[in-house]
Amino acid sequence: MINIEIDGKLVETAKGSTVMDAAHKAGVYIPHFCYHKKLSISANCRMCLVEVEKAPKPLPACATPAAEGMKVHTHSEMAAKAQKGVMEFLLINHPLDCPICDQGGECQLQDVAMGYGGGASRYTEEKRVVSPKQIGELISTNEMSRCIQCTRCVRFGQEIAGVMELGMANRSEFSQIMSFVNSSVDSELSGNMIDLCPVGALTSKPFRYTARSWELSRRKSVSPHDSLGSNLAVHVKDSKVLRVVPVENEQVNECWISDKDRFSYEGLNSAERLTRPMIKQDNKWIEVDWPAALEYVANGLSQITRSAGANQIAALATPTSTFEELYLLQKLMRAIGSDNVDYRLRQSDFSADGMRAGSPWLGMSVASLNSCDRFLVIGSFLRKDHPLIAQRIRQAVKSGAQFNFVHSSDDELLMAVANKEIVAPDQLVSVLEQILKALAIEKKVVAPVDVASTTTGRVAIDIAKNLASGKQVGIFLGNFAQQHPQAVRLAYLAEQIAILSTGKVGYFGEGANSVGAHLAGAVPFSGKHSGLNATAMLESPRKAYLLLNVEPELDMHNPQLAMRAMKSADMVVCLSAFKHQGLDYADVMLPIAPFTETSGTFINTEGRAQSFKGATKPLGEARPAWKVLRVLANVLDLPGFEFDSSESVRDEGLDLSSIAERLDNHLPLMKFSAVTPVLGMQRVADVPIYATDAVVRRATALQKTNDAAAPFVMITSVDMHKLGLQPGDAVKVTQGSACVELSVRQSEQLAAGTVRLAAGIAETAMLGAMFGTIELTTVHSTKQPEHARQVAGSNVERT
Amino acid sequence: MLSVHIQDQINRELKKYPVDQKQSAVMSALRFVQDEKGWISTEDMSDVASFLGMPQMAVYEVATFYHMYNLKPMGKTTLTVCTNLSCTLCGVEDTVAYLKTKLGIGFGEVTPDGKYGMREGECMGACKDAPVLTINNKKLCGRLTHDKIDQILAELDKS
Repeated sequence: MINIEIDGKLVETAKGSTVMDAAHKAGVYIPHFCYHKKLSISANCRMCLVEVEKAPKPLPACATPAAEGMKVHTHSEMAAKAQKGVMEFLLINHPLDCPICDQGGECQLQDVAMGYGGGASRYTEEKRVVSPKQIGELISTNEMSRCIQCTRCVRFGQEIAGVMELGMANRSEFSQIMSFVNSSVDSELSGNMIDLCPVGALTSKPFRYTARSWELSRRKSVSPHDSLGSNLAVHVKDSKVLRVVPVENEQVNECWISDKDRFSYEGLNSAERLTRPMIKQDNKWIEVDWPAALEYVANGLSQITRSAGANQIAALATPTSTFEELYLLQKLMRAIGSDNVDYRLRQSDFSADGMRAGSPWLGMSVASLNSCDRFLVIGSFLRKDHPLIAQRIRQAVKSGAQFNFVHSSDDELLMAVANKEIVAPDQLVSVLEQILKALAIEKKVVAPVDVASTTTGRVAIDIAKNLASGKQVGIFLGNFAQQHPQAVRLAYLAEQIAILSTGKVGYFGEGANSVGAHLAGAVPFSGKHSGLNATAMLESPRKAYLLLNVEPELDMHNPQLAMRAMKSADMVVCLSAFKHQGLDYADVMLPIAPFTETSGTFINTEGRAQSFKGATKPLGEARPAWKVLRVLANVLDLPGFEFDSSESVRDEGLDLSSIAERLDNHLPLMKFSAVTPVLGMQRVADVPIYATDAVVRRATALQKTNDAAAPFVMITSVDMHKLGLQPGDAVKVTQGSACVELSVRQSEQLAAGTVRLAAGIAETAMLGAMFGTIELTTVHSTKQPEHARQVAGSNVERT
Repeated sequence: MLSVHIQDQINRELKKYPVDQKQSAVMSALRFVQDEKGWISTEDMSDVASFLGMPQMAVYEVATFYHMYNLKPMGKTTLTVCTNLSCTLCGVEDTVAYLKTKLGIGFGEVTPDGKYGMREGECMGACKDAPVLTINNKKLCGRLTHDKIDQILAELDKS
């Protein structure tokens, strides 16, 4: 530690830290623009000049290392003169258009100019003009003339997002921030550049000119879009959400949020919002009032319970629902007498149900990801599924950790990958067995699973050696591994690998409340009885379904199966914030409030319970789902539903102090049969980043980004050749009873024999399961005219 | 695509740097491209970027920062005339005027036959020979008089 003096205050600061760090510690503010605590030092704005005793000239605080006995003056005559001079230079080319600038009122330049600048400018010459650039649908660069070249956005791309999409071209007074030949900025974290920009050069395209910053009320909330639970500030004007920005929480999202968290609010204001309860009568939707709608639902449920038994009623909920909603849903179901409730909509292997002592979770805290020195990530579209968890791992890798990857698609992770094995989905188990065997040999122990017959490949041995050399090893299962038909086997092997490498095994949760839903008991095996899981309740169709936030054609592992069950049911009740395809098959649509309009709790993947209040009042007649479920239970005359606040629901369902004890990834000793290889082409399905939940699907700007572009069928060049296809050709994709025609693209990121085709989107919603076989046949190929005719025929039949 | 020749040159250059510091060769790589093609297009920059495994924007930054990279077609021979202080004091204005009448082009322009291009340059560190120009950034010619310019152009015409 070093002792230095800043403005007469003695501070102790770490060796190697800067004067700026010490000033922060001492609570002294030094004006700055290019300095940011999470970014590298560039010292190019010169705003933080301070006087250091015995130094002949002012020094930049952000780039001056603190030294023992240093005496710093931030407000001395020399410092003030230097700061005023820099401010004058910065303002020379900066347009004084604050009254029409979107940043006005929350602008660092404006604030610092007020505090440290002169009252007037001596500059009368012409100002520099920079032409606007097109960098995509999210960030506007229309007023690039305002840029003061701090390069925060450039450094953010290089250091945090992992990809340098913006750069500073040209030099001296001609230097400009731009992307390469006007290409779009596609990083899933790009919106943070808007926050980082200390002036109004990078502004939010969707938010521009909709409000002044002082007209907005700021309400804290929690992101419902991924399992991290980023802390948000929801900015509201006239009961309408106009933008979302991060709230700093070093343990969770640091000071970042993903673009999905930031721009999805547009979905909340979508024209598709359901604002009145609706009942279908004689195939026509009529709007009714709440009592009538709930009466209708209650009658329907009672009738089915009487005539066919409560077991004929099933409930599905998305893990984006709050703890309170999920708790009341399962409580209602169990009070009726049915255990058929599940939130694991995209999973397909339920063989571990009831075997774990608690909810699957990350296995460690989010913050401790940064201190892992070895990673093995199994089956994850990491960057798209968990943008900020990927960011933390990227930082760990940068500071020396090594990253191993086992997956079915070699997506760009924007970090150094030590070893990777990309195989078809049915080979994942084998790869993990190989790693386990190699690890057992490496550690000179007997493998806990019978892997004698496994032949270890080179990559598996490399991964095993890599893991064996680590001190803090993290083995993680991504969404793909959790949705896999042999998910439990993968998890079991992962746990064994973790034990041998003295590491921890964890899950990157699929949804904002995956852990919360489990703890709320929204699973069929909670308690003594066990009901039907998400797949079973579709395979043996039920007479009635309650859908909480679910759009079955988009949210389910097998949408084909789900739709068949919905269409054959006697009664489908949709609790939804949006009008969706449910209008085709549902009988009742109940408008519920999305996360900004209700209070609730999300429990993130590390088991952190974060409660939030509604940021605004519900739209139209929409009501918080916990209230709807409570009143429904009251109408049904069920006991134990006398709640008057979401907090009382939470307190009944959740003991905050005991969450840690209820998290468990451990699987007991299990026996597995031999893997049967899949014959034919195998589907590799991701859920695109902007298709994961109902709100984000309706966020207009996000839907215009490259990540939401129309889907392609992707296969390797080998398979392309085998099928006689050219990139861009149309192919007929068949799964189960449906087929769809899409354009094909070549990808060398896949294993041979696999077909990558996204799920969770309208274009593929008629297809079957996310895993398993999928058939490709050529269309419009001049070589096979006969085949092409057949396809044309089948198209006519379909329509 | 970068020609085999350029790729060979870059590969030879890469031997000078650590294996994980391939981007150190970016300036040489851009120079090789310009030597062969006369200028550097954005396609070339993106080819260099993928060859060296660095972001396209980072190559663009380098290419636009340095004055001696031609970012548009500049003719078979590019004459760069220094217009800094020493050359100005020694009468570069007259040199430039003479070149303009001889070639019929100004700074940043190319003759219609594509043979000559002319650029304005910064100090070339040879002030004792002012006024100076360079031919394709490689050959320095000093003490420019009308006769000397005629002589230089005559030689270039021959080659």
